Amino acid sequence: MGNSLELQGDTFPQLLLQRLKHDAERPAMREKAYGIWQTWTLGELCEESFALAAGLADLGFARNDTLVIIGDNRPRLYGSMIAAQALGGVPVPAYQDSVAEEIQYVVDHAEARFIIAENQEQVDKALEIKEQCPRVAFVIYCDPKGLRKYDPQVVMDIQTVMARGRELLKADPDKVNAEIQKGKSSDTSIILYTSGTTGRPKGVVLSHENLLVTARNTNAFDGITAEEEVLAYLPMAWVGDNVFSFAMGFVAGFCVNCPESTNTVAQDLREIGPTFYFAPPRVFESVLTSVMIRMKDAGRLKRSLFDHFMKVAKKTGVALMDGQSVPAWDRFHYWLGELLVYGPLKNTLGLSRVRVAYTAGEAIGPEIFEFYRSLGINLKQLYGQTEATVFITMQPDGVVRSESVGTPPPGVEVRIEENGEVVYRSPGVFKEYFKNPEATAETKTSDNWVHTGDAGYFDDEGHLRIIDRAKDVGKLNDSSMFAPKFLENKLKFFPEIKEVVTFGDQRDFVTAFINIDLDAVGNWAERNNVAYASYQELAAHPEVYALVQGCIEQVNQSLAQDSHLSSSQIRRFLILHKELDPDDGELTRTRKVRRRIINERYGDLIEALFDGRTNCFVSTEVMFEDGRQGQIEADLEIRDAAVSQEPSRAAA
Amino acid sequence: MTDEQTNETLLEVDAISLSFGGVHALVDVSFDIRKGEVRSIIGPNGAGKSSMLNVINGFYHPQEGTITYQGQARKQMRPHDAAAGGIARTFQNIALFKGMSTLDNIMTGRNTHMSKSLFWQALRIGPAQREEIENREFVEHVIDFLEIQSIRKTPVGRLPYGLQKRVELGRALAAEPTLLLLDEPMAGMNLEEKEDMSRFILETNDEFGTTIALIEHDMGVVMDISDRVVVLDYGRKIAEGTPEEVRANQDVIDAYLGVSHD
Repeated sequence: MGNSLELQGDTFPQLLLQRLKHDAERPAMREKAYGIWQTWTLGELCEESFALAAGLADLGFARNDTLVIIGDNRPRLYGSMIAAQALGGVPVPAYQDSVAEEIQYVVDHAEARFIIAENQEQVDKALEIKEQCPRVAFVIYCDPKGLRKYDPQVVMDIQTVMARGRELLKADPDKVNAEIQKGKSSDTSIILYTSGTTGRPKGVVLSHENLLVTARNTNAFDGITAEEEVLAYLPMAWVGDNVFSFAMGFVAGFCVNCPESTNTVAQDLREIGPTFYFAPPRVFESVLTSVMIRMKDAGRLKRSLFDHFMKVAKKTGVALMDGQSVPAWDRFHYWLGELLVYGPLKNTLGLSRVRVAYTAGEAIGPEIFEFYRSLGINLKQLYGQTEATVFITMQPDGVVRSESVGTPPPGVEVRIEENGEVVYRSPGVFKEYFKNPEATAETKTSDNWVHTGDAGYFDDEGHLRIIDRAKDVGKLNDSSMFAPKFLENKLKFFPEIKEVVTFGDQRDFVTAFINIDLDAVGNWAERNNVAYASYQELAAHPEVYALVQGCIEQVNQSLAQDSHLSSSQIRRFLILHKELDPDDGELTRTRKVRRRIINERYGDLIEALFDGRTNCFVSTEVMFEDGRQGQIEADLEIRDAAVSQEPSRAAA
Repeated sequence: MTDEQTNETLLEVDAISLSFGGVHALVDVSFDIRKGEVRSIIGPNGAGKSSMLNVINGFYHPQEGTITYQGQARKQMRPHDAAAGGIARTFQNIALFKGMSTLDNIMTGRNTHMSKSLFWQALRIGPAQREEIENREFVEHVIDFLEIQSIRKTPVGRLPYGLQKRVELGRALAAEPTLLLLDEPMAGMNLEEKEDMSRFILETNDEFGTTIALIEHDMGVVMDISDRVVVLDYGRKIAEGTPEEVRANQDVIDAYLGVSHD
């Protein structure tokens, strides 16, 4: 130990006890309340947490008990995590906007006797759950508003519990410390329930070691220090928040800020000006959309300034960010843009001070990604999952691409299986799924390699690219990989294309069904004097075919650049005469393509794509919105798209 | 109904009659409001409900009858006496300062709690500043209570109708009223907004012990949140009692279903 900054401690409460010796006065958390940012110093946060721990112990909270936490990001809720951990218990945060039944599964499965709820809304859920789970003994709330009439034997104010704890600590000051010292690094730090698109949620058990080592490694990777400002606004039940706001925050010693309410996040972001920022792609996307809409409403001078300098940014910004050499004139031009456009814009968005920003979770559109990077915001992608304590790969500064997700950070090993599935091993690999040894055995091998279920490959730069769910990936007859969703997403980035279904598994080449986007293509048709009376007529128009063919050929060109995917170029396509529709069972309600149904309904069209016919007659049953059945008939044209030559093969 | 509710009468109107020329808006109306209760005034259109509120807070002066507020009997209220005595209200048609922010609008509700002279307030120094800070703190609690943090700085004119209603309630609450008069707080709202508003009204009553007089058309809301109801029709009181009693009253049913008046 001594005077080095290397922090000791096998668990978070132990780490905090160490840090208290030097950092007690440092701000650890802030929350905006009553219009003012209220600060908890590390000393205050620990005092409250340990008092709560003593109070909980008095209520019978014991080692290995679970504490379900329901609420928005609040310092007291983070504090209650510390309290549970201090007693050797396990915090189990639940998604605060889930309905009671969903949380009930978590409460029941985690065998929780204690629930901490932020406010009346969550207390009501907790009490509803308690009716079904009689094991629940206590519901503790932070915000007393509206709760005066509840049964005080069951529903308690956190202040009351803390006050009781303080009394006990006065009598026996070492009560909580002694419990903390019993903690081991292999103890469970937290159980996070994955939302799980299929089946029941699984409780991912992470140890203190998982989180502490991951936090140290990540802090080192991006040079995260005690000076960062972070806004904790993503659900506490999500592993990212636990890592970014809790683990990394306590390890590095930076201050974590909790927004005033979910509706004020944008304003709070601006007031805090975080230096380290995470948001899922949809947040970046919606911010960009609102910027574009507001710019369209701006005056002509502002608009032309914006358009001009965004072009400059596109040309120069990314290169500057990657540290490439840029001519002095361009540099000056960009500097001018920073002064007039980028600076004020970043300030409005609250991103002025961002040193490192991450996005993850799904594919981010290349234009969106580049927009932020060209403004000088160091937006990077990472690939991770709860089971890995987030990080599997991250993009190092300077080599950031929109289509790949970076390289494994120090300590993480990544391998590609025979079937294209990404597997990894790291210090963050989870202990197990709680009370679910079968699922654990399915996912994690005995020597700690974890199956992600995602298919991917390392590109020529050595960066991982995730292309699809492993079970959806097939093979072409020349045994190269066929990843339908990857191709479909690439095409769907074009506004004219709404839906795509690609075919190629166990075929010689790849073909596609295209659905045009009526709004975008209709708009294009108006501007180009293309007359049409119906969706069907527009879809069959030769000029529309030419438009779509152009999109496909662009995609083919970019596929040709990549040795793994060049045989996945789309050779033949047709434009469907009707929109794929959940009412007809062709899409799920969340608009995912149902391949089996498509194969059944359009078998003849698919054969026609592969047997060389240039048109094919189709008659489909459709369900109208009022529930009546009808027939749509059409003679669809099938076109060939130009295929780009792979650079290496052309040379050979 | 709050725990502090007693049978003590906060306000009593006795034999009130109000007419505008030949139009009799209120005829011999008497009822009382007890401390800590939610008292609803209902009735068909034109029954005289808003007139009744206007009489209580001194905007209209009745020709006959007495108003006894906090034990003090008067022939008529005067608006500033009503305000100083702790009566606050919201309006059927929102009456906010459209160009001012939510925060500033609610701050105006603190007016009766500010004592420093215009001179000091203009300079914003010394005692006036201290006073401003204290009042701002109170207003922030109101904002927190009504969950309108996200529109704190938004000009009220840009807010949707349901939120404007909430701001208006905020301004009334900022006055720390003893008696809160709400004139159709839920008119034109959707179900969710109504539920929110009902919750705020009940919480106001519950947390601060504020007595509430409520005019409302939505019978579901009235029956759910009122302790006692008084029913007016054509300026006369036709019934009064608990929601259940009123619901069963034949005169009330007739008034609402429209039996011909001979």
